[in-house]
Amino acid sequence: MREVDIFATVSNTSPPFTWNLFDDLASLFHYEFMVHAFQAGTIVAIVAGAIGYFVVLRASSFAAHALSHIGFAGATGAVVLGLSPVFGLLAFTLASGVTIGALGNRLRGRDVTIGIVLAWTLGLGVLFLSLYRGYATEAYALLFGEILGISATDVAVTLVAGTVTVAALIAIYRPLLFSSVDADLASAKGVPVTALSIAFMGILAVAVTEAVQVVGVLLIFALIVTPAAIAVRFTSRPAVAIATGVGLALAFTWAGLAIAYYSPHPVSFFITSLAFATYLAVRLSEPIRRSLSTRSGASSVARS
Amino acid sequence: MTVPAIVARDLTASYGARPVWSDGTFTIPSGSFTAILGPNGAGKSTLIRMILGQLPPAAGALEVLGGTPHRGNPDIGYVPQGSVFDSELSIRGRDFVALGLDGHRWGIRLAGRAAAAAATTASIDSVGGRDFADRSLGSLSGGEQQRLLLAQALIGRPRLLLMDEPLSHLDVRNQGAMVQLITEVARERRLTVLLIAHDVNPLLPHVDQVLYVANGKVAIGPPKEIITSRRLTEIYSAPVEVLTDSRGRLFVVGLEEEVSHPHA
Repeated sequence: MREVDIFATVSNTSPPFTWNLFDDLASLFHYEFMVHAFQAGTIVAIVAGAIGYFVVLRASSFAAHALSHIGFAGATGAVVLGLSPVFGLLAFTLASGVTIGALGNRLRGRDVTIGIVLAWTLGLGVLFLSLYRGYATEAYALLFGEILGISATDVAVTLVAGTVTVAALIAIYRPLLFSSVDADLASAKGVPVTALSIAFMGILAVAVTEAVQVVGVLLIFALIVTPAAIAVRFTSRPAVAIATGVGLALAFTWAGLAIAYYSPHPVSFFITSLAFATYLAVRLSEPIRRSLSTRSGASSVARS
Repeated sequence: MTVPAIVARDLTASYGARPVWSDGTFTIPSGSFTAILGPNGAGKSTLIRMILGQLPPAAGALEVLGGTPHRGNPDIGYVPQGSVFDSELSIRGRDFVALGLDGHRWGIRLAGRAAAAAATTASIDSVGGRDFADRSLGSLSGGEQQRLLLAQALIGRPRLLLMDEPLSHLDVRNQGAMVQLITEVARERRLTVLLIAHDVNPLLPHVDQVLYVANGKVAIGPPKEIITSRRLTEIYSAPVEVLTDSRGRLFVVGLEEEVSHPHA
């Protein structure tokens, strides 16, 4: 019942938003659960924003989405067994991630296979949920995230997992980039393409497990895919795209938490809405930006 | 006399249990320009894969630059087949070219950034890619992408350049420009070039020899000697005709059919 209590507390006691931003910030960090939420949210946003670039580059967004859904069955299964849902989540995302990675990007019909497995594991998840008494609360937390219920221990675990994820991503950065752009070429250059594909999906599985705490399995796209998808519309430089993706994921998470603090509505809603609104604005403004850049290009040609 | 770039003795290529071609004996002299010709599925790319060390010879011996073929040989530059990048692929051309230099190394580039940047720029300039190298790879035209693929292959200063159908996605004008560029770069750097092509005509003025791969056999020689009705008929013991049109372009008829309907 943790989640419900927290929402009750927030809506009963949250001070009205004032235009004194200093006071607002001070009150934002007044409660320990908010401090933990910001800490965990920050770590997850950095991880999700960074790995998101490779998810977009490798056109693996469906696989990323599927990982979290498959993880749902693992999480609910763990709850039935009396274990922490995080273990089940991690076990299932890792196993499915490594399998998808071994299948490789080239296999025709890979997405259909993933989708079929995904549907079945979601069904499993529903079964496990029905076997467990605390049905609604646990399901709600897993599906939509429970960042306001994060403990100091959770933050520490997230920090360790996040550090490992980012370190692993840095360690395989260049060959991963190479094999994501042209696997055939990278393989000829001696890059272990299949091993990297498996390693990447393994790292993604850990990242997904971390991100589920913040936005839940259903809304994982908003943190892993959307920031990177926006970033690559602005730049084709890999390092800049990764930095932009991380920046956007941080902005969505922080702003989402801050807005949710002053409102009775869930954090996940605000994070996903901010991500969606930004993506929409970027896509809709593209024709305008393009015409501006061609006009300035034309005038510079005329000048020269 | 320098060591030949490639020496094959009784070489047999196969995918799993299926033999593709056998008894290939040929020598590619260092610094020569060779066009690999033949119908689809005859095993042209299989030869490239063996030279790259991605596929071991099923039988016979293959020597590349005086040694055994092995993956990641820095003396080989490679342009893979079907390299038309997805228009959504978001990586700057310059960053892609740099991957040819150190994309196989672990971690991120920490030391030698300035040297890497200079090498990348030099390679881009050598293919005339300065004007479009800072754009996204996916947004470039087929000809521009091929130029950057070549820059990527050249950046490590290889001695052998392998190109798998670099002309097939280009229009006639771009084909000519690309062949011109490859020839110039190869002459400047004394490169040995092996290039798979569908149509020999844009290459005819430039190639030293052609390597014909068809019907399970490999034949090599100067184009004038190999691409004749009599010679091809003799090699493949099938009625092959080489036709010449009014502009002197050659067309080989008879081999495609043999391969596409082997049981007919």
